[in-house]
This record gives sequence, C-alpha cells and structure tokens, in this order.
Amino acid sequence: MLLDPGFLIVQTLNGLQLAALLFLLSIGLSVVFGLMNFINLAHGTLFMAGAYLALSAVRAFDSFWLALLLAPLGVAVLGALLYLVLLRHLERADPMRQVLATFGLIFVGVELVDLVWGSLPHTIAVPSVLAGSSTILGQVYPTYRLFIIALGVLLFVLLYAALERTRLGAVVRAGVDNREMVAALGINIGSVFFLVFCLGCLLAGLAGAVAAPVFSIFPGMDMSVLILALIVVVLGGPGSLKGVAVGSLIIGIVDTYGQVVVPGLARVTVYGLMAAILLCKPAGLIPVRSGS
Amino acid sequence: MSKTARALAIACAALSCCAALAVATPVKVGVLLPSSGVYAGLGNDQTLALELGFDEFGREVAGRAIELVYADSEAKPSTGLAQIKKLVLRDRVDMVVGIISSAVAGAVRDFIHNAEVPLVITNAGNDHLTGEQCSPWILRSSFSNAQISREMGPWMAAEGYQNVFLMAFDYAAGHQAMAAFRGGFVAAGGTIAGEEYPPLGETEDFGPYLAKIRAARPDAAYVFFAGGPAIKFVKEWAAFGLHGEVQLAGAGWLNSALYVDAQGADAEGTLGILNYVPSIDTAENHAFQERFRAAHGRSGSEFGVAAYDTARLIVEALQATGGNTDDKAALAAAMRATTFDGPRGPFRIDPATNNVIQNLYIFEVQKRGDGVAAVVREVIPHVQDAPNGCSL
Repeated sequence: MLLDPGFLIVQTLNGLQLAALLFLLSIGLSVVFGLMNFINLAHGTLFMAGAYLALSAVRAFDSFWLALLLAPLGVAVLGALLYLVLLRHLERADPMRQVLATFGLIFVGVELVDLVWGSLPHTIAVPSVLAGSSTILGQVYPTYRLFIIALGVLLFVLLYAALERTRLGAVVRAGVDNREMVAALGINIGSVFFLVFCLGCLLAGLAGAVAAPVFSIFPGMDMSVLILALIVVVLGGPGSLKGVAVGSLIIGIVDTYGQVVVPGLARVTVYGLMAAILLCKPAGLIPVRSGS
Repeated sequence: MSKTARALAIACAALSCCAALAVATPVKVGVLLPSSGVYAGLGNDQTLALELGFDEFGREVAGRAIELVYADSEAKPSTGLAQIKKLVLRDRVDMVVGIISSAVAGAVRDFIHNAEVPLVITNAGNDHLTGEQCSPWILRSSFSNAQISREMGPWMAAEGYQNVFLMAFDYAAGHQAMAAFRGGFVAAGGTIAGEEYPPLGETEDFGPYLAKIRAARPDAAYVFFAGGPAIKFVKEWAAFGLHGEVQLAGAGWLNSALYVDAQGADAEGTLGILNYVPSIDTAENHAFQERFRAAHGRSGSEFGVAAYDTARLIVEALQATGGNTDDKAALAAAMRATTFDGPRGPFRIDPATNNVIQNLYIFEVQKRGDGVAAVVREVIPHVQDAPNGCSL
C-alpha cells in the first residue's frame, strides 16, 4: 500500500487538506498564546460555531459562498463579545484560572449548540462549482478538498505579508517578542491584542465553515480538532506563523497516514511525535521569543 | 324529588360510572422512542408509522381502547432505563414497544426480563438481544444485525466478487454486520481485501479510508453506515473517483428511502440488502405506501414498516387473548404466535429466539424518473437466525 504511488498522492493530498484546516484553526490560538500568554481552550468552540452558523446561513440564503462570508464574521463578533464579557478579566489571572474558565466554555458551547440546532449530525452540501472531482497527478480527487488546500496556502501568504510588511504586523511581532517594551513605547498593546484576537476568531470560524461539508457537524465536533490544534501550537512554537504552518503540515500528514497505516494507534502517532519534538526542542520547532 | 329517589339516582350514576370504567379500562402500550438526541429522526419516523398502524388495524380490541403512552429515551441508556421504569411501574403499561438504539435495549434488558412485561423492539439490531441474552419477554419485530448482512456474502461471491473490502464504524453493530458478511463470504470462497473501523462520533472524515480502499484494489466494498454518515460516504465515494472503479455494496441503510434522494446519481449502481425496500410489489406494500404518502407526503421507510407491523402484531395478539392483558405470559405467547403478510412480506416471530423471520431483499439503486430508487434484484425468503446461545 505504501509503495502505491496513487495511494501516496491521494493520502498526501488528504494530509495537506487537514493541514490547511488546522492552520486556519491554530493561527488564532497561537498568536493569542504568543502575544498574551493566554490559553483560550474555547477556540475549538468557535470552530464549531463557524460550522453551525454556516449551516444556518446555507439554510437561510441557500448560498454556500454567502455562508462562507457570514459565518466567520458571526464568529468574530461572538469572539469579540466573549473577550469583552469574560476573557478580558482573565488576562492577568494565573493560567490555571484561564484554563478552567475557557474549559468550562467548551461545555457551555456544546450545550448551547445542542439547544439551538439539536444533537443530530448535519452536513452541508458542497457548492455545485466545487462538487465532483478533478484529476491531479493522474489521481481523481474531490475538487472541494483542493479548494481547502488552496485556501490554506492563500491565507498563509496573506497573513505572512501582513505580519512582515505592515505596521500592525510589526507591532504584533514586537508584542510577541517583548510585550512590556512595546507598551513602554506608547503603543496601546491592549487594542492590538483585541484586534488580533478577533481576527483569530474569524479564522477559526472560517475553518469551521470550510470544514462543514467535509466533516459532520455535531455538538462536540470541536473536541478532536481542538486537541490537534493545541498540538500544532505547541509543536510549532507559540506565536510563530511559520511555526503554525510547519506544525499543521506535520500533524496533518502524520494524523492522516496514522489513521490508516497504524489504525490502532491513530492518535498515539501524533502524541508520540509531539513528545519527541518537545524533548528535543522544548520551545517548539520555530520559537519566536528571544531569550526565553 | 324524594330523598330515596335522589339516593337511588346517585347510586345508579355511581354504578354506571363504575361499570363504564370496568368496560373501558384501556390497554396501555408504552412507546419508548427517542424524540430528541441522535436518533430523533428515526424515532419520529417510527412514531408516525406506529400511529398509522393503530389507525388502520384498530384502536380498540374486545371493547378496550388501546392507549399509547409515550416516553422519550433520548437514545441514551440511562434515560431509556429510567423511562421504561416509569412506564412499567408508574403508568402500569401492559407492554412496551420501541427502542432504536442497541445501547438502550441492552440497558433495559434485565429490568424488562425481571418485570415480566412484554417488550417488542422495533429497531435495535444487536445480535445478543435475541442470542445469548434473549428473554421470553423480549420480542424483536425489526431485524438482527447478523440477519441482514449474513446472506449478502454468499450472494456477492456467486455474483463473481472475489476480493471485498469491509468498512463500518467501530461499535457493536458495525462489527456484528461485518462479521456476518465475512463469515458467509469467506465460506463461499471469497477473500477479504482489508477492513477499516473508524471511530464512531469523531470528525468522520472518510478521505483517508477511501484512499486506503482504493490502494487495496478490491472488486467491491461492503460497508455499514446509516443516516448522515451514509449520505456523506456515498458522495465522498464518488468524489474520490471510486464510483465505477470499485463496486459499492452495503447493509441497505446505506441507501435508505429516507435519504437516497440526497445521494442522487452518486448512489446509482450501489448494491444493498435489507428487510424492506419501498418498491416491493405486493398489495400489502402498495397499501402501506399509499397510506403513508397520503398522511406524510413521502415514502415510508424500513424504520416505519417495522413500527407499522408492530402495531398489527399487538392488535392481532390482543384479539387472540380476547383483550385480556392480565396474563402477561399468555399475551407474550399470543404475540409470538401472530403471523401475517405485511408490507415487507410474510412476518412471524421465531419461537426459538423471539427474533423476526422475514424476507430479505437484495437491491440495486437505479435511476427512476427524476431520482433514484432501490430496485429488487433478488428475494431471499424466510431468513431466520441460528439460536446463537439462546434457549427459549
């Protein structure tokens, strides 16, 4: 099986597709973690909210593309409210309180989704333009999944350019490196953080909406991806865009192959890899923070 | 009016009231179906068909009205057990029908067995319920997992498929269906190209598994999926280019009448085996489908038929006991002895296991008009389970 080029191509594409979704999901988590040392476990809940809002938008407007626009915006608003009402007060709290509060939010999210949308699993149809298959490297592959890969690459390029070439990007990079120094220079790091937080939520919502036609939408769909996203962040080094990209690629590929090559150890392969990398490079593969 | 006359009048009124009560004590049938939770859709389908069945076969036997007492199992074992206790101990029902989830059926088994109240299972297919864990008080009008999949192995081998890939979610029903298929298929000379059991209730991305099936180059795949995952599996099967390359076959819920329209052209050519398809050409089935369509505007499904037949089973058993429900053993025996020709064909309960003996239909999904539908290729009559450790 592993010597079959067709299998390798298709499975690698599956890995890239999962990597693209993980990238969108993890980037917000990573930057917030890197910038504020704040662990938001409810980030997966925002991913789930993105999928459900997309479901409702598709039902209301019968347009996948509109849903792809509205759902992330809705999640960004949700994230902003969450920040202003609750998370803002936890910024300076010790990590245990942050983890407990946001861990609680996971359960609140699952119950709310159950109340509003019910517990039946739902699916969203793939938009007609992207339905069906394409042939790539001689292999038949679903067009929609190619779209996910392309979207992941596009957003990486956009975010990279924004981070490296804009003033806001420079402030964020500086903030990750040394938050106090940036504040001392007269920059309102609080509002920068809020903006970045909302952007991260928007991307998590986008990941949820994009994932909806591939995964089932059900209360609790956030848990398994949240764990993968946390691993991506730890693996890549918190706060590093390139780290998230590399981490997503590794986890996407390892998880996809692990599921079928060693089915009994599907998740163990991912955890094992994380443990090995943390032993060798405790700060992650591409650490950002100098001196710490 | 004199005092005596008034007293007489009151006495008469009271007496007639009591007499009326004695005549009209209803037969209470507890219905344990999920109206919320994962299986709410299936529970709802069975509720509609059960009501339709009582409308048709009668809501009164020997002067006693049949009263349905509903309880929501939420498809959760703990809730199901609490609700069936409520039905039996507080509502004092004469019998219970329903149960979609095998987990709920497993949870209530001991309680019902010890309470000695007849239970007719209308869906839950776990083999053990009519095998090693069978009970004289538990009948099943739907199917057992092995009963559905067992006959498909030899049939596919005879059709010339030699190398088949198996796939189902990693839970009891999935493993039972695959084991039943594998047994018959291997005995008929076939080989298993590979097996995959992805975890139930996780992200459910079929992509990695489809790549593996393709790499294994089987003649065919035999799978067991139902509901949302079934719709997605068939669509992904086509999107990954397997449609036309590998023959897809499955336990027939893969293409249930409830959602085969959602699969559309991607389902064309799929083979399946099930105890009911809407296209069965008998007077009983036409009558059922017409009534169901008139009431609900869509085709009745295999889930509905199991509930509809259960209503008939209850009414005919009550007729046999003359409306007597005090002797529960006699009631259960009357249920076991009831036979009739229903929408899915001849229906009877196997006295050795209490599981239904029924026809199975091997079908192919074909284009019909604007949509697709299951077209029967072969009928396997009177399929009966081996006792599997059950001694009744």
